[in-house]
Amino acid sequence: MTDTTVREKSTTAKSNPAAKPTGPIGQRLERKEDRRFLTGAGQYTDDVKLAHQSYAYFLRSPHAHARIKSIGTKAAASSPGVLGVFTGNDLPATVGGLPCGWLITGTDGKPMKEPKHPLLAQGKVRHVGDQVAMVVAESLEQARTAAQRIDVDYEPLPAVVDVRDALKKGAPAVHDEVPDNTCYVWALGDKGAVDAAFAKAAHVTTLDFVNNRLIPNAIEPRACNAAYNRADESYLLYVSNQNPHVERLLMTAFVLGLPEHKVRVISPDVGGGFGSKIFLYAEETVCVLASKQVGRPIKWTADRSESFVSDAHGRDHVTKAELALDKDGKFLAMRVQTRAAMGAYLSTFASCVPTILYATLLAGQYTTPAIHCEVTAVFTNTAPVDAYRGAGRPEATYVVERLVATAATEMKIAQDEIRRRNFIRTFPYQTPVALQYDIGDYDACLNGAMELADVPGFPQRKTEAARRRKLRGLGYASYIEACGLAPSNVAGALGARAGLFEAGEVRVHPTGKVTVFTGSHSNGQGHETTFSQVVADRLGIAVDDVDVVHGDTGRIPFGMGTYGSRSLSVGGTAIMKAVDKIVAKGRKIAAHLMEASDADVEFVNGKFTVKGTDKNVPFAQVALTAYVPHNYPLDKLEPGLDETAFYDPTNFTYPAGTHICEVEIDPETGETKIVNFTAVDDFGNIVNPMIVEGQVHGGVAQGIGQALLEGCVYDRESGQLLTGSYMDYAMPRAADLPNFQVDTRVTPCTHNPLGVKGCGEAGAIGAPAAVINAVCDALGVKDIEMPATTERVWRAIRSNANRAA
Amino acid sequence: MNAFGFYEPTSVRKAVAIAADHSEGKYVAGGQTLLAAMKLGLATPSDLVDLGKIPELAAITYDKAADAVVVGSMAKHAQVAASSEIASRIPALAHVAGLIGDVQVRNRGTLGGSIANNDPAADYPAAVLGLGATIVTDQRKIAADEFFKGLFETALNPNELITSVSFPVPKRAAYMKFRNPASRFAVVGVFVAQAGSGIRVAVTGAGSAGVFRVKAMEDALAKNWSPDAVKSIAVPASGLQTDIHASAEYRAHLITVLAQRAIAAA
Repeated sequence: MTDTTVREKSTTAKSNPAAKPTGPIGQRLERKEDRRFLTGAGQYTDDVKLAHQSYAYFLRSPHAHARIKSIGTKAAASSPGVLGVFTGNDLPATVGGLPCGWLITGTDGKPMKEPKHPLLAQGKVRHVGDQVAMVVAESLEQARTAAQRIDVDYEPLPAVVDVRDALKKGAPAVHDEVPDNTCYVWALGDKGAVDAAFAKAAHVTTLDFVNNRLIPNAIEPRACNAAYNRADESYLLYVSNQNPHVERLLMTAFVLGLPEHKVRVISPDVGGGFGSKIFLYAEETVCVLASKQVGRPIKWTADRSESFVSDAHGRDHVTKAELALDKDGKFLAMRVQTRAAMGAYLSTFASCVPTILYATLLAGQYTTPAIHCEVTAVFTNTAPVDAYRGAGRPEATYVVERLVATAATEMKIAQDEIRRRNFIRTFPYQTPVALQYDIGDYDACLNGAMELADVPGFPQRKTEAARRRKLRGLGYASYIEACGLAPSNVAGALGARAGLFEAGEVRVHPTGKVTVFTGSHSNGQGHETTFSQVVADRLGIAVDDVDVVHGDTGRIPFGMGTYGSRSLSVGGTAIMKAVDKIVAKGRKIAAHLMEASDADVEFVNGKFTVKGTDKNVPFAQVALTAYVPHNYPLDKLEPGLDETAFYDPTNFTYPAGTHICEVEIDPETGETKIVNFTAVDDFGNIVNPMIVEGQVHGGVAQGIGQALLEGCVYDRESGQLLTGSYMDYAMPRAADLPNFQVDTRVTPCTHNPLGVKGCGEAGAIGAPAAVINAVCDALGVKDIEMPATTERVWRAIRSNANRAA
Repeated sequence: MNAFGFYEPTSVRKAVAIAADHSEGKYVAGGQTLLAAMKLGLATPSDLVDLGKIPELAAITYDKAADAVVVGSMAKHAQVAASSEIASRIPALAHVAGLIGDVQVRNRGTLGGSIANNDPAADYPAAVLGLGATIVTDQRKIAADEFFKGLFETALNPNELITSVSFPVPKRAAYMKFRNPASRFAVVGVFVAQAGSGIRVAVTGAGSAGVFRVKAMEDALAKNWSPDAVKSIAVPASGLQTDIHASAEYRAHLITVLAQRAIAAA
């Protein structure tokens, strides 16, 4: 039971910086791709112009919920330049709705409700921005003008936008076939054990809160360009997307019924996604469908207003969370009930975000022996909700770390102490919510963060701030995430309708230069640099001698894409496995050249060497020999040096860390200033520290955005989106953020060859709880709703003062 | 955006003549509001009369006789913020201009465009009213107190063109702005000034009918120019705006807080 006794057995984290790296791995190399991005040479989907290009404009619903009595398209169809007008009535009967990629089975044993998500509205519109019709014309202006001439006769219906309203008896039904708006009720954990633990608890901490809905806001809006080639009856789709093979598979097999091998999907440079570009959307699917009928390439790029109403949103949970503790502050059990919005339709991975990616993370970094979580997924008349940076894991961390912080305050235990009393210290560790953590060192990150944040100096800073009539607060969040999605068999058992492996191909050219083809796809993470470093390190060649190709189903064997901080741990491993095959074949070639046996040849520092001798051939000579096989064992070995590997992970990876936020609040205005933000993370081994820091910075900025600024607001009566532009939706700006203090500790992942865990989402996972814990500490309140706007802070101060008076 | 005619006159006389010939036309100054409205289809003028090619409209001069700084209606916010003429005589006005929008907006947006639009959350109306400025048009001179007529409404006649604004140099003045974190417009902005002609407290961002003066604060400050003088003066929430960013009650509170801070800074 005591964690200290077993501590010695656990692997202790190395602190960073480790010994100076000798090869490319570990170097802070500038990103290869930045030259083209910064000089305007990037090639995004909207930059692609095809011969005979035409343009699409989508007419969208102005109502949150309405019956479509009729749609008149005659005037639009005869408008200047119009090539085609498409509505839900024009879709062929063979065309399906947009699929959901994860089947959740409810506590009642029944599958989740999956009402049809039509490509264009059929019979009803269900959220503001629901796509009603598409006009294709010679120019975008002509398409837009014509769309204004489409006559839609709507019968507005009552709408529900809040999960609490949607679950009320007699609430309007978003889908007639789901009268209670309930997609599923799902649960995880041992309810009996949890109830028993609560019954004997010395202390119970309870919180009710909302995890606010967010709008992703990638800097590049969604875009596509679809073309049909009647010569070979094939389609070409350019689309801004994080996983082109998945896009193609879903579109061809589940919606359009097209032969998969006749569709090529290219995602060129992608300007941010944060999850919102994982999904298969209606717009690109309709453009593909229509490109054959119109006989012209069709291009569509969302304008910013469309992005606000039609990109899949994130979060939107209403949660009641309870933590049972013994008298010493040891966690006995956790009980969580969450109502999660799905929006009007099930987006591609909507169903697994508040379940598989949420409830499984509720153990956090702690030994809580019993956890039960029940999730009710709810349809609402809003844009669909799906994965957004962290996807379920920020929500879980918010539950755990708000509970822990509140319990510590209530029980008068120091914030670090309550965490230390409950940290997991033996690995592997089986949580009560399905996951098995392979490794970690949570004390190391907590200690590192406390040191960097100068926690001992905090009381003095608080006193000094008080002299200036400012309130200072300190907030901790010790988060964990499950990344590297995922073992396919585990995911399949949990309802995934897809595999979650990755593919990589390494092509060595005759001159020894290398092209890497990866199924991962960068939407800003710098893969071209990181993957080049990994390959160059292993092959002992220059980083600039490696090029990375991604985002093209026509050039890459297969791919599951980029999400869940999986690119390096899963995609990178697939590449490593292909490199291993290259080296293995190279050894045979080298052995032949050196007249040695294969077993005696080793590959070190870019040279194949006969063990124990100075006989060697360089990598480039082996490459040339493979393609000019004059002196070559052709009877035993094929020429060429080009290998492909698929990798399916055996477990998730478990990045973890502690974030500490220090705030200063102006009690007169309610303004919260983040004066310091510290993140000490364990991402396993690190290939490029500069890129990792950039990922942490971006994630923390988004987490701070959620905590203080960003809140998607729909009008609770009309269902109109009130935060439909940057006039009303507050994104964090540089001036809202301090200089971040970031550092890492390293316990290498035990089950992938690079020992890496993933870093893309950590900032957004840890930051919201750290910020809100700091605000609550500063104000001396139990809770404050996100985003903690200036008015909410002011009201909290005022009601505190009223209570005191 | 719909198609429209575009004119670039080189004098005020020509601009007014063109506008008179196009009843559905509009002047465009910096275009920071109008162009966005046109892109969204919320404004569909038949013609735009661009004022950017009329050099005298962009001048900033000092009128010694009146002891006033005269700012041309096409002076950009960035130009006002950086003007040494203004910085040396009415630094609070330069400060206001420097707080508007962002760098891009300040390099396009103009004084005349801002006050002709009279957005209830814009900054300039607070300075114009707070300094008791005079708006000069192609037809007449209008006192600030007579100019702002409610939400997006002014005393301007159709096609009347603002040519400059004359700001009397005050003894002291300051502006405190509480920004909307999304739009950077004022949730509340308070401009205070003490001048030969008296004391003014002007509030933007908060009023349900746009910029307004707070007489109770002005009277209190006339007796005692100090932050404490206004500490207990609250503007009634009933005349203030409520939106998703701030309730009327919160805005009322902020007015009192910002007024004190402005007085302390002046």
